[in-house]
Amino acid sequence: MLFTIKSIYFVFQSTFIMSDQDYLKDISEIKNLMNKSSRFISLSGLSGILAGIYALVGAAVAYWLVAEYSYGRLLLDGKVFNLVLLDLFLIAFFSVVTGIFLTTRKAKKNGENFWDASSKRLLFNFLIPLATGGIYILIILNQHKYGQTAALMLIFYGLALVNASKYSIGDIRYLGFIQIALGLICALYPGYGFWLWTLGFGVMHIVYGTWMHFKYDAK
Amino acid sequence: MKKIKIPTSVGNDMSIIHNINKVFDHRIRLGIMSILMVNEYADFNTLKELLGATDGNLASHTKALEKAEYIAVEKQFIGRKPNTRYSTTPLGKAEFKKHISALEKLINKQ
Repeated sequence: MLFTIKSIYFVFQSTFIMSDQDYLKDISEIKNLMNKSSRFISLSGLSGILAGIYALVGAAVAYWLVAEYSYGRLLLDGKVFNLVLLDLFLIAFFSVVTGIFLTTRKAKKNGENFWDASSKRLLFNFLIPLATGGIYILIILNQHKYGQTAALMLIFYGLALVNASKYSIGDIRYLGFIQIALGLICALYPGYGFWLWTLGFGVMHIVYGTWMHFKYDAK
Repeated sequence: MKKIKIPTSVGNDMSIIHNINKVFDHRIRLGIMSILMVNEYADFNTLKELLGATDGNLASHTKALEKAEYIAVEKQFIGRKPNTRYSTTPLGKAEFKKHISALEKLINKQ
């Protein structure tokens, strides 16, 4: 009887040893499918770096505009204000175009579809806080309250990143937290709004993009 | 028949085997469950694309999982197109978790 059990045990053991590789393959396939089906992971680190550079260049242009033509003060109705708005719009536009271009390229390389359920979900969840913030900022600018604009941009952008991180590489959550923290500091010290904005949208993007590039892309 | 005390290692293997679920014993079925564990639902075409399966193949495996009541099927129309979407049932979730931890135990034993 004991012998029978021992031989059954042997059969079990040898089956397991033989199919161990298969089980390992199963597990890695499960992980892979879970990630692929729920997260869009082809965000490019390089596009973060470039977005940061655009933000720095844009900030320099705005600084120069205000210092040169507006006596260091930004008035809501002036021409300079409109130029600064245009400047902001251009930064956003070039960042988005670069992001789309580089992400498509990376997705292709990864064999991932650029426009599938996971990227749509990522974009949708990113845009909820971002669009809310954008509309809110436009509303209060229209009411001539513009002291908190930089803080609000940082806070809502940070929230958008944290929200999006559930559907992409988890790391963008940390960038989100940093932006939110900078936004809150900025709300306390509105006088440093310009510099905190430059730190958040410029320097932090470059730091984060470089980190991502070496962590994921450069392999 | 005399009762024989089973050595503990054999006992463990028995319980692990008990948790290995025959219903999940196929790449496509594991795949369907993996996708549905992390998504509220997925439709037929999404599953097909992610798993690289043919219509007939995928349909037979979703049927099997449906029969075991591990997944729920919802048929609806988007415009005029019929659309079938799947989601896990609480039973399916629990069974899948058991299956995965059994797989992990087997691997860790080596």
